[in-house]
Amino acid sequence: MKRSLKERLAILSDAAKYDASCASSGGEKRDSRKGGIGSSGGSGICHAYTPDGRCISLLKILMTNFCIFDCAYCINRVSSNVERARFSVDEVVTLTLEFYRRNYIEGLFLSSGIIRSPDQTMADMVRIARTLRERHGFKGYIHLKTIPDASPELVREAGLWADRLSVNVELPRDASLRRFAPEKRPETIRAAMAQMRLEREAAKERSFTGRAAPRFAPAGQSTQMIVGADGADDVAILSAATRLYGGYRLRRVYYSAFSPIPEASAALPLVKPPLMREHRLYQADWLMRFYGFSAEEIATGARKGHLDLDIDPKLAWALQHRARFPLDVNRAPRELLLRVPGFGVRTVDRIIAARRHGALRFDDLVRIGAAMRKAQPFVSLPGWSPRGLTDSAALRARFAPAPEQLALL
Amino acid sequence: MNVVVTLPRQGVAAAWRAAARLAISHRIAPERIDWNGGGGLFAGGPLPEQPGGHRLRVSRDFLRLADAVVWHASPERFALLYEALWRLDRQDGAPLSQADPLGRRLGLMAKSVGRDIHKLHAFLRFREFPSGGERRAFGAWFEPEHDTLEPAVPFFVGRFADMDWLIATPRLTARFENGRLSFAAGGVRPDWPDDASEALWATYFTSIFNPARVKLAAMRSEMPKKYWRNLPETRLIPAMLADAGRRVERMRAASASPPRAGAAAVSARYRAGLPAPAEWPDDLGQARQAAMQCRRCGLCEAATQTVWGEGDPQAPVMVVGEQPGDREDLAGRPFVGPAGRLLREIMAAQGLDPGSAWLTNAVKHFKFVPRGKRRLHQNPDRREIDHCRWWLGLELAFIRPRIVLALGASAAFALTGDERPLSRRRGAFEAGLHGGPVLVSWHPSYILRTPDPGEQARLRRELAADIAAALARAGDSAAMPPPPAMPP
Repeated sequence: MKRSLKERLAILSDAAKYDASCASSGGEKRDSRKGGIGSSGGSGICHAYTPDGRCISLLKILMTNFCIFDCAYCINRVSSNVERARFSVDEVVTLTLEFYRRNYIEGLFLSSGIIRSPDQTMADMVRIARTLRERHGFKGYIHLKTIPDASPELVREAGLWADRLSVNVELPRDASLRRFAPEKRPETIRAAMAQMRLEREAAKERSFTGRAAPRFAPAGQSTQMIVGADGADDVAILSAATRLYGGYRLRRVYYSAFSPIPEASAALPLVKPPLMREHRLYQADWLMRFYGFSAEEIATGARKGHLDLDIDPKLAWALQHRARFPLDVNRAPRELLLRVPGFGVRTVDRIIAARRHGALRFDDLVRIGAAMRKAQPFVSLPGWSPRGLTDSAALRARFAPAPEQLALL
Repeated sequence: MNVVVTLPRQGVAAAWRAAARLAISHRIAPERIDWNGGGGLFAGGPLPEQPGGHRLRVSRDFLRLADAVVWHASPERFALLYEALWRLDRQDGAPLSQADPLGRRLGLMAKSVGRDIHKLHAFLRFREFPSGGERRAFGAWFEPEHDTLEPAVPFFVGRFADMDWLIATPRLTARFENGRLSFAAGGVRPDWPDDASEALWATYFTSIFNPARVKLAAMRSEMPKKYWRNLPETRLIPAMLADAGRRVERMRAASASPPRAGAAAVSARYRAGLPAPAEWPDDLGQARQAAMQCRRCGLCEAATQTVWGEGDPQAPVMVVGEQPGDREDLAGRPFVGPAGRLLREIMAAQGLDPGSAWLTNAVKHFKFVPRGKRRLHQNPDRREIDHCRWWLGLELAFIRPRIVLALGASAAFALTGDERPLSRRRGAFEAGLHGGPVLVSWHPSYILRTPDPGEQARLRRELAADIAAALARAGDSAAMPPPPAMPP
């Protein structure tokens, strides 16, 4: 007997939850005042949060969780005993539109297991996006997962309908991907990313007739790396991320702490890596994208290739480069202010705006919203000098959580 | 004389701006204005009807700030804004700076309003009503922290243009019917019928949750409890949490499960269909196929893909560069970046159609170091060239060109095994390791990097002359038959 829509929704959203991405930001500005339904553009909206702290912005589902690939880390791999289900094109379209009209979601994030062949799977996914756009005038956000080894023509059409495309590199090292996902090939995954970058650049250029080229994924592309399933350390992960950002102009690299899955493959560890590791990687990623840090610089604060779990990576870096501090907050340029632990991008912008009106003092920084407990050893201001604090051997201990007292048995 | 200002419930942003403009034009001091419509001890008349003689121009920053703060629930909002305006007029400090106590307070109020508008956009839930007409009808109840329905409503107008809807709050109701927006007084929480889609939404909410990573604080900071009352899905959270531990425990107990019967055959069949690299390729196509999966050195890990040669497989002239650059790596084709364009241009000018030659590189993967968003080219080392000579040898063996043009030192080394610098070798025919003649010339990217225009023009002429010489040698069939195919 065929399962009800509700039962299949449960199976196919449960199967989709291991993809961390749920962003709906950065698309083109559009709305439905001239027809159709929906709008997008701006910073995206998280409509709900589940108790795992993750946001729900999009209806994140698989078209099907039948799959012919056997990727050890994936719950939907062919050898897993998980329940299988499949949506029709119309079912996905209707679910998306009905959820959207009730303001539950910003749009659709569609992924899929691979059925029959990569091209047939990709073609079915593209048909769903096309139906939403063409038949229903859907102006909301669409994120399509690009199936590895799908043909370039299908990727091009996917970019015509989707705001964002993504293909997951899955693991930071080629050798681990070949081992855990024998049907996937790292070189064709990278080639797909390269194609998406080139298509996007071509779409942004105008032809000599002045006509705009066909649109291609205006919200760019992203990818995901699983952390803790293979032996790659944090420095290796961050340098892989640097290559991805630089080579393919990714909007985001998502780091997903390997989550033990039901029906796990014997090839994988059944212990989960600390969520804190994932958090530190995101912080480091942020430093690379918005604070002008390189992966090598962040690595100087790492220990044996891993980020310090007790303190954040910017503080870890600063502790290794104390000769650069304390910094004169009233004179230092923006790029150096951004390196002060406790100063975020917003804080730095406010400091630069406020110091035009006169020298800032300690209390002014507190009011501006700087985390002064963290920043004070690294800055000097009229009336405030950290003196020996900057070089104090006990500085790390001020910030790291106290070591746990072991109890006697 | 003191002044009492009464602002309307709807359209308050424009009304406050008009009143403030009027007040400042008469230089009415902040302490003389009651912005909350009088009542109580404060007695005074209305604002003058005509503007006074004083004109003040304010920055966009102030207008942006005022446009947010006016919706704040605090009764002091208008007075605080006017105070800032007064100080701007008097040039008294920097009342908008976040280091100023007033500026900071207004900044926090604006932030709180912005967040409330955002949460209204995020956490409002429509329920469908039965509708007689063509347009579907929906309604929502929301309890914002500030008076944010009015500034929040344009978002819904842009998004839900093809349906009728109403949004009710305790202070104000917005109604959108047949494309027209209107406002009415607020009310109490209505008792609307259930919506069937809410059950599907509940299914989605519980299924997308990962029980192995509970992070309650993160959820509560983004979805504060004060909004939970009107969110249907939040009723499910206690049961989800109660079940989470059990689900993880069950997962652990099940541990690794045996593979599904018949699965291995399915993925094996797919793998069998993938192109397999031939150990000893029989033709150029097989050689390319094998090269696409090359892992002879470490360059494949960082580069995107193998960049194989392209052109005529029977070409009399083969052109060998150093290695693919940034553009070549992305496109998977040789000589498509700036240097490649220069080369193709010079070739065409000498009467050598790039499509009738074979264009390739000594090393087939891009070598680079990332610098910010750019990938800086690095020269391949001797070992990498040695590893890649296998593929170059296969190209030479299957194409059997009459003449090979080596561009740059790496290509010259790969083809001749001779490491001497290029300056004394350029323009001369040398014996290649494959048994045929090799003509050594400048790499087009070296020409592009040469800063002096005169020098650059000379290098360009020399490359053109070498291409012409290669073409002449290839055309001169009597000079030399194609070399025999050599084992690479």
